[in-house]
Amino acid sequence: MKEYRYIGKSTPRKDALDIVTGKTKFINDLTVPNMLYGKVLRSPLPHALIKSIDTAEAKRLPGVKAVLTYQDIPDWMAGFPLHVRVLDSKVRYVGDAVALVAAETEDIGEEALRLIKVEYEPLPAVYDVEEARQPDAPQLYEQFPGNLLPQERRMFGPHTLQEVVTGDVDKGLAEADFIIKGTCAYENIPNPLPPEPPGVIASWEGTDALTVWSASQGPHMFKVTLQRRMGATNMQSIGSPVGGSYGSKYMSWQYVLPAAALAKAAGRPVKLYYGKTEHLAAFTVRLGSRIHGQVGMKKDGSVTALSADWLVNTGAFSEITQGMVAVGCGEAQLMIRCPNWNFRPQMVCTNRTASGQVRGFGGQELKCALIPILTMGLEKAGIDPVEFFKKNYVKPGDGYYWRDGKWWVCNGIDYTPAIEKGAETFGWQEKWQGWLKPTSINGAKRRGVGVGVHGNADVGEDISEAFVRLDSNGTATIYSGLAEHGTGQRSSICKMVAEILQLPLDRVFVTPTDSSVNPFEIGPVGSRGTYAIGSAVIAAAEDAKRQLLELMAQKFKVAPEDLETQDGMAYVKGKPEAKIPWIKGMGYDRTIMGHGRFEPDFTLPNFMMIFTEVEVDTETGKVDLIRVVGATDVGQIIDPPSLTNQLNGCLGSAGIDSALFEETVFDTRLGRVMNPNMIDYKWRTFAELPEMEHEILETPFPSHRFHAIGVGEITPSPGPSAVLMAVSNAIGVRMADYPLTPDKILRALGKVANAERRGK
Amino acid sequence: MTTTQNLSYATITLTVNGENHSFILGEGSHEVTPSHTLAHTLRERLGLTGTKVSCDDGACGCCTVQMDGKAVNSCLLLTVECEGKEITTIEGLGDPVTGTIDPLQKSFIDHTAFQCGFCTPGIIMSAKSLLTENPAPTRDEVKESLAGNFCRCNSHYHVLDAVMAVARKGGNK
Ligand code: FES
Ligand code: FES
Repeated sequence: MKEYRYIGKSTPRKDALDIVTGKTKFINDLTVPNMLYGKVLRSPLPHALIKSIDTAEAKRLPGVKAVLTYQDIPDWMAGFPLHVRVLDSKVRYVGDAVALVAAETEDIGEEALRLIKVEYEPLPAVYDVEEARQPDAPQLYEQFPGNLLPQERRMFGPHTLQEVVTGDVDKGLAEADFIIKGTCAYENIPNPLPPEPPGVIASWEGTDALTVWSASQGPHMFKVTLQRRMGATNMQSIGSPVGGSYGSKYMSWQYVLPAAALAKAAGRPVKLYYGKTEHLAAFTVRLGSRIHGQVGMKKDGSVTALSADWLVNTGAFSEITQGMVAVGCGEAQLMIRCPNWNFRPQMVCTNRTASGQVRGFGGQELKCALIPILTMGLEKAGIDPVEFFKKNYVKPGDGYYWRDGKWWVCNGIDYTPAIEKGAETFGWQEKWQGWLKPTSINGAKRRGVGVGVHGNADVGEDISEAFVRLDSNGTATIYSGLAEHGTGQRSSICKMVAEILQLPLDRVFVTPTDSSVNPFEIGPVGSRGTYAIGSAVIAAAEDAKRQLLELMAQKFKVAPEDLETQDGMAYVKGKPEAKIPWIKGMGYDRTIMGHGRFEPDFTLPNFMMIFTEVEVDTETGKVDLIRVVGATDVGQIIDPPSLTNQLNGCLGSAGIDSALFEETVFDTRLGRVMNPNMIDYKWRTFAELPEMEHEILETPFPSHRFHAIGVGEITPSPGPSAVLMAVSNAIGVRMADYPLTPDKILRALGKVANAERRGK
Repeated sequence: MTTTQNLSYATITLTVNGENHSFILGEGSHEVTPSHTLAHTLRERLGLTGTKVSCDDGACGCCTVQMDGKAVNSCLLLTVECEGKEITTIEGLGDPVTGTIDPLQKSFIDHTAFQCGFCTPGIIMSAKSLLTENPAPTRDEVKESLAGNFCRCNSHYHVLDAVMAVARKGGNK
C-alpha cells in the first residue's frame, strides 16, 4: 500500500485547540449587536383550532419588540410537499408553534408568552399509523385525505423511488418452501439528542438581504431551499460548528423560519435557541416504522419473494419523509437478494411531534422492522444470520433501484472479507448456538449474541463544489461549505489537500461555512464526506497544482510534468536541491484558484456489520450490553481516530441503545411526550460502556484519489436489530418490541402478568 | 445627585479564573438577578462561553466548572450562592503566565478525544477535578467519575484513553 504523508496517519484536528480550551464558538456563544431573543408559545393540545388569540397584553410588556400569530406571520410554507405554515390557525401536536415573541431578554420573552391568551377548540387526535388510516380518523390536513402523504416524485428527480415493485411476488411465493408472515415495528421514536439544542440568529438588512447564522449540518442548503420562500433574494447563510446533529440539524426550517419572521417584524436581529424541553418535545424526531411483511424462503435461506406494507409514521408533518422512504427502499435491496418484491410504503401523518431526518435516514427504521421478520424465516430454515447476510449483501455486478428510481449496478467491492474478519474477531462461530439458544447460562444470567447489517449507496450522492486557492506565500485555502458537525471532515479535507500539494498541514485552511464565500455544497450528509465532498476538494487541488506548475515551468524552462512541489517550493523532479519558492513563479500579486466539482455516483454501497453480545438478568429483566464488534471496509482510512470515533458512535444518537432503553415515552391520553428532559430520557453513561472493537479493512476503491469511501452515517443502523436478536437468543423467546426494557423481558419470560403497557 | 440610598446596593463577588468580579444584584439587564445560575453569569456576564449549557437541569455535565477545586454543575448553582467562591472554568486551565495548555487538554488533542466538542469542556473540567483529587485513578474510577457527563457522539473511549494517558501511573489499567 502506498505510504502517504498525512492520509492514514493520526493528525490532530485543526479545530482541536479551540475545542479543548473552550474557544470554539457554537451558535449560542455568538451574539450580534442589538440582538433580540425569540421565544415560541407552544400548543398544550395535540389537535385543535385556535378560536381566538389575544396578544395585546404581551405587546404592552416593556422590552417586547414583536409578537406574531398566524394572523400576521408571513405566509412562508415548509415541508414536503409544501404544506406547513410557520404558524397556523390549527395546531397538530403538543408543542406545535402558536405564537412567536421577540424581546430584549429571554426572561422578558418568556414572561410575554405567559401573557398571550389563546382559546382552543379541541379536535380528536390520532397517534397510531393504522388508526390514522381508518375512514373516521381525525384528519390533519385537508389536502392529505386519509392522512396519507403524497408520494413525492420530485424529491430526487422525476422518478424518485417510493416503493420497490419488481418481478412477480405470487410466483415467488409459489416457489418458496415456506412462507413467513409477521409484523414488527420500530416506533419508540428514539431521539438523536445532540447536546446542543437547535439554534439560529437571523438578521435582515432592507427587505431582501437576510443573514442567518445557524448550527446547521448543511448551512449552504438554507440559501438554496429557504431564501426564496422567505422572499429574500440575497441570503447569506453562515454555519457555526455544530454541537452534535446526527442528521437532525441538517436543514430544518423549524428554527430558521420563525427567527427570520421575528427579525423581519422587529427590524432587529433575533436569536432563537431551543430549550432542552422544546428540543426533546417539539423538534423533529425519528420516523416511526411498522412493517406487515410476508417472506417466501427456500430451505437454503434464499428469499424468493418479499411483500410488505411499510407504515411510516411521520408525525405532524413531513420534513423530508419521502426522501427517507426513497433511500430506505434502496437500502433494503442492498441487503436482500430477492427477485420478486412488492414493498409498499405508506407515509402517514399523526398528532405527534414531526419526524425529520436522523442518522439512518429511513434505512435504519426500515431494517429495524424488516430484519426481525426475515429472521423468523432463518429461524425456521436453521440458517446462521452471518451466512445469510454474507450471501445476500450486494456484490459488484449486482443491481438495485436507488433513490432516483434508476437501476444502478454495484461497482464497489465485495464485503465478504469484512464479514469474515468481524465474525472471527467477535468469535461468532463459538458463540452462536442456533436460533433462540443462549450462548451461556450463569444462574439467572443468560448471554446471547446477535448480528445486524446496513449499507448505503450514498457515499457518492449529490453535488459538491470546491475551490482551492494558492497564495504565493506557500499556503492553500479550501473554499467549501462543509460544516463541522463532529466527524472531523473539515480537517480531513485539509489532509487531502496537504497530501496533493505536499504542504505542511498548518499551511492548509478552510474558509468559514459562509454561502457568500463558498460554492455549492449539499453538506456532510449520509456518508458522503470522504468520497463526494473529498473528491470535489481533491479535483480543485489538482486543478490548482496544475496551474501552479504551469507557471513555475516557465521559470525552470521545463515542461510542467517535469516539476514537483513540496512545502511551498517547486523543483525539477529528482533535483530538490535547486528548489524555488512559489512566489518566484507566481509573483506576490497573483492568486491561483483551482475549481472542483463532484457529480453523483450511486454505484458504491458502503457497509457496516455489528455483532453484539448481551447478558440478560432473568430475575430483574435488565439487559446489559457486554460487547460490540463492528466490521467495515473503507478503502483507505483518512484519519484513524476520527474513524474510530464515528464507529464508536454506534451506541448513542439513537443507535444500539434504541433497542435497549432509549425511547420517547408518549402518553396517548394527553398526546404528550412524558420524558422531555435528560433525566427521564435515558442515555448511556461512561460507567456503562461495553467492550468495543472494530475490524476496519482497507480494500482500495479505485475511483477515489486516495481509494477511500465514508461510513460514518451508518454505524448505528445495524445495531438495534442485532440487539433484538441477541436478547431473543439469550432468553429463548423471540422479541420484537423496541426498546427491550425490563418489563418487556419479564413479561416475555412469563414473570409478570401480561398487562397492557400504557403509551405509544 | 447621588444619594446614600443609591449607593447601598447589594453586590456579589466571585473569583473566576483568578480574577475578582463584583456584580450588582438587581433586575437590570446588566445585573445579576437572584434566579441567575452560575452558568448564566459566566456566559452572559463574563463572556466565558467555554462553559456549555445543554440540559440546564443538572443531568448532562456540559456546564461543569470547578468551585474551590471541586467539579460542580454550574447550571444548578445560583450565582447568589457563590459569594466568595473560587471558580475555574475551561478558560482558566493551563498556565496563564506561559500560555501553555494543561497536559489534560493536550492529551485530549493527541487522542482526538472529542467529535463535535460540545461536551468537551465539561468533561475536561470533571476529569481535571478527579485527577486533582486522585492523580492515579484506574480506568474504572475515571468512568465512574465521568458518569454525569453526557457525550452523544460517543467519544467516551477516546476520552478514557486521553485521561489515562495523563493519570499518574500506579493506577492499574
Ligand atoms: S447543562 Fe448543567 S448539567 Fe446539563
Ligand atoms: S463530542 Fe459530541 S457530544 Fe461529546
